[in-house]
Parts: sequence; structure tokens; C-alpha cells
Amino acid sequence: MVTLASRNIGASIPRLEAREKVTGRADYVHHLRLPGMLHGKIFRSTLPHARIKSIDTSAAAAVEGVYRVVTIDDIRTVIPHPYYGPAFHDQPVLADGKVRFAGEPVAVVLAQDRHVAEVAAGLITAEYEELPYVEDEVEALRGEVMVHDELRPAHTFADLKYLQGRKGTNVALDYKLRRGDVAAGFAKADRIFEHTFRAQPVMHTPMEPFVSIADVADGRVTLHTASQGPSFVRIEIARLLGWPENRVRVKVPYLGGGFGGKLYIKLEALVTALSLLVERPVKISLTMEEQFFMVTRHACTFNIKSGVMNDGRIVARHCEVIWNGGAYADIGPRVTQKAGFTSAGPYDIENVAIESYAVYTNRPPAGALRGFGAPQTAWAYECHMDMIAEELGLDKVEFRRINLLREGRPQASGTPMKDAALDKALEHVADRLNWSAPFDRGSGCIRRGRGLAIGFKGITSPTTSVAVVNLFGDGSCALYIGTVDMGQGSDTVMAQIAAEVLDIGAASIRVIHSDTDVTPYDMGTLGSRSTFHMGTAVRLAAEDAKRKIEALAAELGLPPRSNAPLSELFKRKYGMQAGNIIGTATFIPDYQKPDADGQSTKATPFWGVGAAGAEVEIDMETGQLTILRLINVADVGTALNPRLVRAQLSGAAIMQLGFTTTEHMVFRDGQLTNGSLADYKIPSLLDMPREFISEWVESRQDSGPFGAKGAGESTTIALSPAIGNAIADAIGVHITDLPLTPEKIFRAIRQAAGAPLPGE
Amino acid sequence: MTVPRLIRFVLNGRPVSAQVMPHETVVEMLTQQFDLRGARESCGQGLCGCCTVHLNGKPVSGCLQLAALIDGGRIDTVEGLEKGRQLDPVQQAFIDAGAFQCGFCTPGFIMMTKSLLAEHPDPSDDEIRHYLTGNLCRCSAYPEIIEAVRLAARRTAQAPLAMAGGAA
Repeated sequence: MVTLASRNIGASIPRLEAREKVTGRADYVHHLRLPGMLHGKIFRSTLPHARIKSIDTSAAAAVEGVYRVVTIDDIRTVIPHPYYGPAFHDQPVLADGKVRFAGEPVAVVLAQDRHVAEVAAGLITAEYEELPYVEDEVEALRGEVMVHDELRPAHTFADLKYLQGRKGTNVALDYKLRRGDVAAGFAKADRIFEHTFRAQPVMHTPMEPFVSIADVADGRVTLHTASQGPSFVRIEIARLLGWPENRVRVKVPYLGGGFGGKLYIKLEALVTALSLLVERPVKISLTMEEQFFMVTRHACTFNIKSGVMNDGRIVARHCEVIWNGGAYADIGPRVTQKAGFTSAGPYDIENVAIESYAVYTNRPPAGALRGFGAPQTAWAYECHMDMIAEELGLDKVEFRRINLLREGRPQASGTPMKDAALDKALEHVADRLNWSAPFDRGSGCIRRGRGLAIGFKGITSPTTSVAVVNLFGDGSCALYIGTVDMGQGSDTVMAQIAAEVLDIGAASIRVIHSDTDVTPYDMGTLGSRSTFHMGTAVRLAAEDAKRKIEALAAELGLPPRSNAPLSELFKRKYGMQAGNIIGTATFIPDYQKPDADGQSTKATPFWGVGAAGAEVEIDMETGQLTILRLINVADVGTALNPRLVRAQLSGAAIMQLGFTTTEHMVFRDGQLTNGSLADYKIPSLLDMPREFISEWVESRQDSGPFGAKGAGESTTIALSPAIGNAIADAIGVHITDLPLTPEKIFRAIRQAAGAPLPGE
Repeated sequence: MTVPRLIRFVLNGRPVSAQVMPHETVVEMLTQQFDLRGARESCGQGLCGCCTVHLNGKPVSGCLQLAALIDGGRIDTVEGLEKGRQLDPVQQAFIDAGAFQCGFCTPGFIMMTKSLLAEHPDPSDDEIRHYLTGNLCRCSAYPEIIEAVRLAARRTAQAPLAMAGGAA
């Protein structure tokens, strides 16, 4: 028997929606207008922490064309307990008595013309009683200024159920992991190294800014929202309203970028409350500037300490990771857990202790961003690795080889490494860098350096995906999934998976976008989970449909494998073109809840793996950084669609390049000073390194659909430390705070030369 | 009280008119009055290129250009590129090179690439990078965008020959 190569798996099938996107016709909520729709414009807090004494909306309300001005008192008439969030019900729909960060929504003006709403919002005034505020996560951990009087945990997700409400603390969650005896490990170590690293606050900056529309009518609400998690939005809105889920409909077309920002619940509660109040559709579209007040990536301080033997074996590691969660928890507690549990790095260390803290501060909320904390932790543990290797006089690749977690070995949580090609990824980067060959280090004022790094991440678990495959009377196929295509190409890849099972062409499948009245539950398009979780659900649903086709053929008296077209079967069955075959499946991976020491044999359904290498050139007289080569390598299991995989790997790497070299939300006196694209620099074409390589290693995720695993985040993990280590190699000193700006590099050069520049 | 003003201009080759407010931008007018969604406002400061359209043959940021000031002019948008069902070579090259992810910035890049190729039919990589650096793609499809521009340049260079052959 001849096995034909698959026409779907491993094929670079163009995006199903390609034509809509190049003609400008693709649907985004950004463009949606509904009859009778009002625009909302938000009036925001000017102080980082204050009690609201009064809000004067009279001038705004008097503007011609203003329909209504709304504060929390109005919201409460339609939502009695107007607090939301995935981990804590801590975020008010509008500021309630207090503001907790500069930029927090305090009131909303509604008008048919968005310019009128904007002008009127500028006429609102608020009087505040200023309160002391806290911005720094380490200071907030000490807890002299409290951001919240009392913590209010939610119970929406299985893995956050144990969170308890607390008072007198800014710590929303303290995650702990213990493996072996870390004190004994340090006691027997030949050398002990301890360093502190910091990562700065940054923002997702999707080109389609946050936008949501709510349309309440006849006891039902329909939300059109740029969301990565329509199922969660429905559940949370239903909870806020006290309505059953079937009265809340959430529709999501294409997203103009998400990157983790458009997850859980953002503007949806506010527009729902507003639409309930005025009984008209209400749209809020944030400006680019306002996006900086919606959600950010956690700033992070990481104290890392390692006990090492003279031969290079790491025998103990202690990690203390402090996450700046901003004023509202969002999904920060889960970032704290998930990035916490891998914060000792992809190394086989007998004795490990990890403490990871989600901390409230008076800054804009921090939530999920591509990598989910792993890039911040890898920044610390991989620079730390190089600093140790330098002290011990060990080759940096060899030092990693000695300690690397090998297949089958337990990670710090006790979960064994399975299908994680750490070794291949490390060797691939070393090869690409010609690591063993001599390296031209430059001369005079131009110095060159090279560096590499490797990292990994666990995947949020347990989470559920449900898929439906619908075959119509003519045999054509539609796929109903809650996965949101925000550019990663999920429509195409999910169609490829279904097509492979049904033995049809992927491009012929219609993928039905998220509409919670139609598409089944999915936990969210996040954390590299869709290809693995939804991909498996789609495979199983297609297999279910296939079994039903075979059963129909048998019922009609056809011999097995008769291969009669489905349309023929339907015709025989119904006497005309009619009927459906519906295949469905639910997928939830095995999971074991960690014990009190964070130990579990099934902490993650798979491992994300990323390695990076960089060659840099530094102008020693200015600190100017030029990245000559940048190599990004991931383990994606089977690459289901190589072109889409490469785009994910290179896109994630370039985004992380921004977070490494230029992007930084700069705060002064509790105020964001650079919240616009004029002052917050994201990568452009000119920031692309001249030689930029994105590749994956030969690998297979046995438990994934056709051997695949997620690919959207892997290359975010190791990039910052690879560049940081390359800079250190060039200038002879390690910079421990991101981003790696020319000024910081120049200061480090001068500091190392014993001629430090005066302070900032 | 501000009042709207009547303007006349040529939109994608057809003469049109519109009542526009003094503060109304080209991108607002195109979206709200002509239902053209390819040019879209993102940064609102003329820094991202998502709203790029051609005004009298030159690329401009539609979010900064006041509609009232284009009276008598010519506006071309991404919607005007297709010839019937036939995509423009630049659009086709963006598909073939996989030069977009979320697609939100794509019409802006395509319009800017049209201008680039009009000025530099055979651009070097440096010319591509510099010409398009004012267009931002947060999905960072930059490697594929460079590939798409090269591909479009090659095909555009071959196209006149093909057309001449077809005519004969």
C-alpha cells in the first residue's frame, strides 16, 4: 500500500482570510457601527491614589449632543456589585470612591458623535483627597501603603480556587515551590552566586486599539468585542448581571492584534452597563494613548541565588520573583504561578526554592502578555548563568550542557520533561553562532560580543476546548470554534487539522468565528494553548464526524470503505440534498494540582522551549548597540504550517526585541510620561537585525495534534538574555535592568572603567 | 456651531461629493460616509501608517489630513487597487509572501508599497526599509513584508512585457 504525503499537515497553506486582509475588507470591531449607537468617552483619574470627594459632570452634560454622563452611582443601578476580574473581583466598572492609578476610568460621556463625547469629557472635573501611593513592586511587597483595603478573590478558574481574601497586604498571591533541601544544597556548594534583575513595564500596543460594543435589547445583551476570550467574557458578564449565559451573546470577528492584552474582561463590563442604562448600543474605542491605561506587562524584580560546585554542577537555587501587578489583579496571580514555577530555568537542580509574589501597586493593571512572565524570568536566570560561568571560567554552552534538564528528568515541580527539545535547541543556536570557532571581538571603539540563552515555559492548565465539525447536505464542511484568529493563523491551522482527518482540502473548510450563541466553549486564545488544546478538540470532532459518516454508510447498506461521497449518502438517506452530520469533541488535558510544595507530576500539558543567540557591536564612545545577527530557535513539535510557524517565531522575537531594547513605560510621580507612539518606541523595519534567523528543531509532541504544540510565545523567552549576554561579552560588564538602551550601556561602560556618569 | 462643508473630489477614479465637518479627517470621512474600511486610524498621530491613502498620488496619513482640505483633489485607497476580481500585484505579493498576520496595518503597507515601487521600481533592501519604516506592524511581519515588496517589484517589472504580449 502506498502512503501519500499529507496535503494538509506540514503544508504552508495560505491564510484562509488572506484576500479579505489585503483588500481592506476583513471585519474588525473597530469598524462596526450599529443603528442608534452611542459613543462613550472615558474621563480618567489624574492621580495615582486618591479618595474621590466629588465629580462635577454638569458642564459635560450641558454640551449639545451629549446623551448622558455616567459615574459608578449610575452603574450600580443596573449592576449592584460592579466589580470584575478573572482572579479577583477587584476592578470597579468605573472608579468607586477611590482611584488607584493615574488614568483609571472615573466617568463616561455618551454621545452620538464621538467628537462631542470627547469635548464633553474634557469638561468633567473631579476633586480628590490625595493618598500616599506605591509604584515599586519591592516597596509594595513591604506593604506600607495599601492599594486595596480587602482582597476579593474570584473562583472562575479551577487553578485559582484556593485564593483567599486577605487584608493589610498588597500581595494578591504568593506562590511557593520546594524541591529537595535548598539550605543543605547551599551548604554543600563550593560557590554561591546571588544577583538581582529587573524587567520594566511595557505594553502590548495592538494596532487595533481596544474596542467593544454592547447592545442590550429584549432582556439580552449582544457584545461585539475585540476579545481573545469570548467564552470568559460571556461567563463574567452573565455573573455581573445575574443572568443565565444564554442571554449573553459575545461575537468576535478578526482581531487587529491581541498579544494577551485582549483577554479576560476589559471594556466589556463598562459598555454592557452603559447599554443597559441607555437601552441603546454603546461603543467605546480607546485611542492608542488610552491603551496604556488598559493593561500592561508586569514589571518584575527577581532575586536569584545559586549554589554551584567547582565542576559546574548547580546544586541549589533560590528564586524570589516579585511581580508588579498594578492596581487590579487581572490575570497577574496566574502569571505569578505559571512563570514562578519555571523561574529556576530549564536546569536539573536537586534543591530548589521558589517564591513568586503578585503585588498590587498604584500603576495601570498588568496582565497577560505573550510569554506570560517567562521572558522576565529568563532575563534573570539566563544572565545569571553567564555571570556564574564567567566567574567559574567555564564555557557558557558547556555550563548549560552540564545542567540542562534532559528528557525524562523531573523539572522543579516534579513534572517530568517530555517532548521538550531543550538540548537540540541549545546545540542548534551554538552551531548557528559557530560557538567553537574564534570570534572577531572588534577593536578600538567598536567592540563585538556574542551571547546565547535558553528558556522554557509551562502551559496554563487545566483548560478546556470544545469543537464542532458540521458537514452539510452537499458534503461541505464548517468548523465551529471559539479560538480567535488575531493574526496567528488559527483559522487556517484548525482547518488543516479537520481537513486531514476528513481527507479534504483545508481551504474548502469554512471556519465560523466566535459567537457564543453558535460556537462552543473555549477557555481562551492564550498562552500557546490553541494548537494543542483546540487542535486536539478539532481532530477529535472530525474523527467523531468521520465515524458518523461510516455509520450512515453502514445504515444505507454500503460496504466499509466504499468511499461514496457524503452528498450521495445524504441523498440516499433523505431523498434530496438535506441533513447534517455533526461531530463534536471536548478536550481537557490531564492535570494534577500541585501540593503545598508546588509539586505535581502533571503541572503542564506540554513544554514551550525557546533558545536565542546574538552577535552585537557596541560603540564604546556612545553606547550605541547594533545587533549583527539574531538567531531564534524553538521547539514547536510538528510544524503544521511551516510558513505560519515561521511568522509566529519571527514576530514574537521582533516584539521581544522591542521589549529588550526600546520599549519602556516611564513613570514619574505616579504618572505615565510616554504613553503614545510618539514617545513609546515599538520596532519598525529599520530595527530589524541585518541577519535575522527564525528556525525550529526536529521534534514531535506525542500528545499534540499530529505531533504539534504551541508556537506563539517560544521565541519571546530567551531573546532578552541572549542580547544582554552578548552586550556583556562585548563591554565586559552585565547590565541587570531592561531595557538595554544606549544610555544604559554607556553608563555601564563608564562605571566599569571607574568613571561613572552622574545619576539620572 | 460648526457647520458641514460640501467638498468634491475623485475617489478611486470616480467623482464624488461629501458634506464634511471642519474637524473631520479623511479616514473618518472614508469610513463613515463611503464605508471604505481599508484606511484605519490606530495611533491617531500619523506615526503608524495604518491610515495611509494617496492624496493626488502621494501617500498621506488619513488621520491627520482634514477632509475639508482635499476639495478638488484625488484620493486613492486600497479598495481601488483591484481590477475586477484581479488583485493588484502588490496585494498578490503580500499574500504569496505571507506578509501579514492580523491584517490591520496591511492596507497601509500596501498603499505605501505602491508609492515605493512608483518611485523606485527596483528598490534595494535599504530603500525598502527606509521607505516603509513609517508603517508599523506589531505582529512584526517585517521579514515577509520585505520579501513581498521584492516579489511585487519583480512581477511589476515583468508585467508591462506580458501586457504587450497579450495585446499583440
